[in-house]
Amino acid sequence: MDLNLLLLATVDGLSYAGSLFLISLGLTLICGVFGVINVAHGSLYAFGGYSAASLLAWLLPHTSSTPVLVASLFVAAAVVGGCLGALLERSLLRHFQDRDPVLQLLVTFAVFMVLEDVQRMVWGATPVNAGDLATRLGTTELLGVTFMNYQLLFIPGVALVAYAGLQLLLRHSTAGRQIVAVIHHREVATALGINAARIGTLTFALAGALGALGGALSVPMTSFVPGLGAEMIVTSFAVIATAGLGQVTGALVAAVLIGMARSLAVYTLPELEVVMPYLMMVAVLLVRPHGLFSATAARRI
Amino acid sequence: MRTPISPVAVALAVLLVLAAGWAWPWSRMPIITFLCFGLAALGLTVLMRAGQVSFGHAMYAAVGGYATAFAVRAFPGIDGLAAAAAGVLASLAAGALVAAFVSRYRGIFFGMLNLGLSMVLFSLAGKLYAWTGGTDGLRFERPPLLGVAMERGQFELAMLVLALSLAVGIAWMVQRYFDSCAGQVMLAIRTNETRLEYIGLSARSVLAQGYVLSAGLVGLAGALLALVQSLVTPESGYWIRSGEYVFIAILGGSGHAIGAFLGAAVFELIKLAAAAWFTDAWQILLGATLIAVIFFAPQGIVGWRRRAPKPAQPTPAAQEAR
Amino acid sequence: MKSLATLKAWGTAALFALATAATAQPQPQRPAEIKLGMSTFMTGPASVLGAPAKAAADMWIEEFNAAGGLDGTKLSPTWIDEGQGADKFLSEYRRLAQEPGEKLMLSAISSGYCNALAPVAEDLKVINILWECSTEKVLEERRYKYVFRTGPNGTMEMVAAVLHLLKLKPDFKTLAVVNQDYAWGRDSWEIFRNTLLALKPDVKIVAELFPKFGAPDFSTEVTRLQALRPDVVLSTAWGGDLDTFLRQASQRGLLKSSQFVLPLADSSLERLGDAVPAGVIVGFVGDGYFADPESANDPEARAFVQKFKQRTGAYPNFAVYHMIQALKAATGAYRQALADNKGQWPTTDQLAATLRKLEYRGLSRPIRLREDGQALQGQLYGVTAKDASQPFPVARQLLFYPADILTPPVGQKSAEWVKTLKPALIQDSRIRRVGN
Repeated sequence: MDLNLLLLATVDGLSYAGSLFLISLGLTLICGVFGVINVAHGSLYAFGGYSAASLLAWLLPHTSSTPVLVASLFVAAAVVGGCLGALLERSLLRHFQDRDPVLQLLVTFAVFMVLEDVQRMVWGATPVNAGDLATRLGTTELLGVTFMNYQLLFIPGVALVAYAGLQLLLRHSTAGRQIVAVIHHREVATALGINAARIGTLTFALAGALGALGGALSVPMTSFVPGLGAEMIVTSFAVIATAGLGQVTGALVAAVLIGMARSLAVYTLPELEVVMPYLMMVAVLLVRPHGLFSATAARRI
Repeated sequence: MRTPISPVAVALAVLLVLAAGWAWPWSRMPIITFLCFGLAALGLTVLMRAGQVSFGHAMYAAVGGYATAFAVRAFPGIDGLAAAAAGVLASLAAGALVAAFVSRYRGIFFGMLNLGLSMVLFSLAGKLYAWTGGTDGLRFERPPLLGVAMERGQFELAMLVLALSLAVGIAWMVQRYFDSCAGQVMLAIRTNETRLEYIGLSARSVLAQGYVLSAGLVGLAGALLALVQSLVTPESGYWIRSGEYVFIAILGGSGHAIGAFLGAAVFELIKLAAAAWFTDAWQILLGATLIAVIFFAPQGIVGWRRRAPKPAQPTPAAQEAR
Repeated sequence: MKSLATLKAWGTAALFALATAATAQPQPQRPAEIKLGMSTFMTGPASVLGAPAKAAADMWIEEFNAAGGLDGTKLSPTWIDEGQGADKFLSEYRRLAQEPGEKLMLSAISSGYCNALAPVAEDLKVINILWECSTEKVLEERRYKYVFRTGPNGTMEMVAAVLHLLKLKPDFKTLAVVNQDYAWGRDSWEIFRNTLLALKPDVKIVAELFPKFGAPDFSTEVTRLQALRPDVVLSTAWGGDLDTFLRQASQRGLLKSSQFVLPLADSSLERLGDAVPAGVIVGFVGDGYFADPESANDPEARAFVQKFKQRTGAYPNFAVYHMIQALKAATGAYRQALADNKGQWPTTDQLAATLRKLEYRGLSRPIRLREDGQALQGQLYGVTAKDASQPFPVARQLLFYPADILTPPVGQKSAEWVKTLKPALIQDSRIRRVGN
């Protein structure tokens, strides 16, 4: 494969990795704080996308300023994702927090099922998208291929900002450091006076907003139909399992790896494109059972 | 500790099921589906007793189904039972292959690795159009059963009898496995694996055995379903299907082999009821039921039935040891 | 012992009588209604094609029943959603096909489902009209008694597509294909490729991409195509998938840099409007087109288009035309069978025999069913052009390809037959212009 195609594959891979990272970020955060894999994250992604599309459809007759429309995506994600995430935690997961992690996972699976039907009731089953918004940001030509700026620059840009922002939050803000403390050891953190319950709700709200953001930013590019959440969640699992549960930087690396693997497959073995994320996940887990960047933990006997 | 299931109750249930299938032809497919789902959930129960939950076991149903389809297509005139046996053998072989390395893992990574493998298989099944028929799946001619070529109605009834006898027989055998040494070791893996190794038992090899057994059970379910529908699709191996199997296993409880079938019966009834009255809300109903079960009866139906009566005053040790 | 023997004798006689009664098909009474088991995509990306067909069917059946039905017998449709997955679809289908009473199944759109349900219908001895799905394999791999297709199949559509492409652009060098990854996408490509290589062996196929059915995003495919720069891009995608693909391709300029051949674009043109430039080769999966100059003088077609536009706000697409064809074929067959039977209601076998040699018309040119259950319908192909009267491109320079030159003889497999075609076919005199 010549250099040109390799460069194109890299560009494609990186832009796909950007959206993959955004979606997986919330999931890995919850994994780290609660030790629970939140299957309902797929629904948060879907709700984020659908709500953003609805908000755009409502706004379009009133304004045609691109910055406002783009900002509305973020607003929709923050509001819908944050509320839904916080609601989920307070009303449901809190009551199961001392149960077996597998049972907690099953509760989130049940929530996912419920939200799938709710989503279908609210937005129906015909495809929903917000195609015009992506066109407004223009195109760039690179190596003879025209790319949408939205996909090439905007989404990866947001992903990087989210990553940097999260790291800043976790390291330099009070709330963030409390989250880190709770991730490390819930009981000790509580003993030190941190309100672990409130931190829990806050984290879920943040993770929910991030998941919904992934969806909101995807809706201008792809059409949303029922079943998209299910696909997204299992791809996100592949990313966080490859990275190591709870590893934010690891998730970035894993997303890039998987994005590149997938786009290289499209250029060389297109039939294997859909298999690549899972092949990577299995390959990594076989060699490093806890993911690429897992933290060492003492084993209790 | 053990409350044996009354054989009279089982016999009554079997008779009721047979009568329903005989009297109402439309009920045969739902009954066969419930029995197959029960078998699959039984496979998952085997692993759950060791505290391990696999989120990709539906892949063995897919392997079993596709192997059955390949057998019928490659050998026209082959007996349906032989094709199903081929399906079970294929899933046992696949299970053995995977068990070799998967038995190293525990907890969430056990589940994740199984999920990854099942998604690889699912994606390949959907893509390799020339071999697997792609996303539309593989169709095949209805094979004869025990040498007798049958019309649709007779075939469904015969499959019902077959599924029912297999379910009863296998549930009994699996329960004996649970009560055996290997079965008890599986329980110990959940409570304290390291100490198990201290007394010289290999947790890994017992788990691997259990894994192969569970793969075979799920493969049998997949083979039977494929046989009765004359069609196998990649959906039979999708992660949501695995989730449904886990759901049923939890619903029924892992205390006794019959739990899987009780869970499957409740699951199928809820689906039928939802299809009749809340067509667009069946997932809400199922999700709510799962949450309720996990909250109020995390040991499932079996565990709920067996909960020890709260002692009002100290009771003699003899009574407690039943 | 004697009583036992008598009992056995009576018992055997009774069983024999029952068996004879069960297997013989007595001449049925005229039913009050004919149950139609109809399926379409009501949810998911494919519903942009499926929902208008349902609207058209409901409209047509209402009118038919209001006009008296079949001398009093009305049509009563029950709809199955193809968007709910294969397992649920098949169990619904089976349930409806096993209900007692006079019934006819009209199913399905998805070629994958058609492949699965044809043996079921044959098993249950229920007549099934494949009203939309085009995969030629269903009726070629096995001879059915009760399964019919009242519209064209993939062979007719793809051979005509190749002929049209070679007529308009005889000198192109490279071609890429982007088809949906399921029965229709794969089978249609097989026919197209075999035909193309038979008529123009020096063509180079630079990419074969099969994104999954219902894929929400085609960006990687568009990038790859832009990098490869093929002269021609073929896509037999339809519905929401085609909409997304064309939208993304248009946003990135791909539609202008390659010649697109879109045999199923008819239904997407109205929704996409300006996103589709002039010069794209489009087909109509048959010859039903609202702007067909030859149908401007047909009062029935004109009235239908007007009513449909009023009711749904859009022009009819090819699925709508196929639905009407199927309904007219079914009711036409009943009428013919009733006439042949001198007013006695026909049995299923008699109806099947009538269908096998039926001649009928939808809202376009006359169609004939042949002995393997496949209809012979010619194909219309044209090129998009901007038109002042519509906010979306209209197809011009229409050519009509008659079915006779596009179909293998009964019993021959299409994939092999197309390899025997000769380049002289491109200039066959039976291909004619439509309109000016």
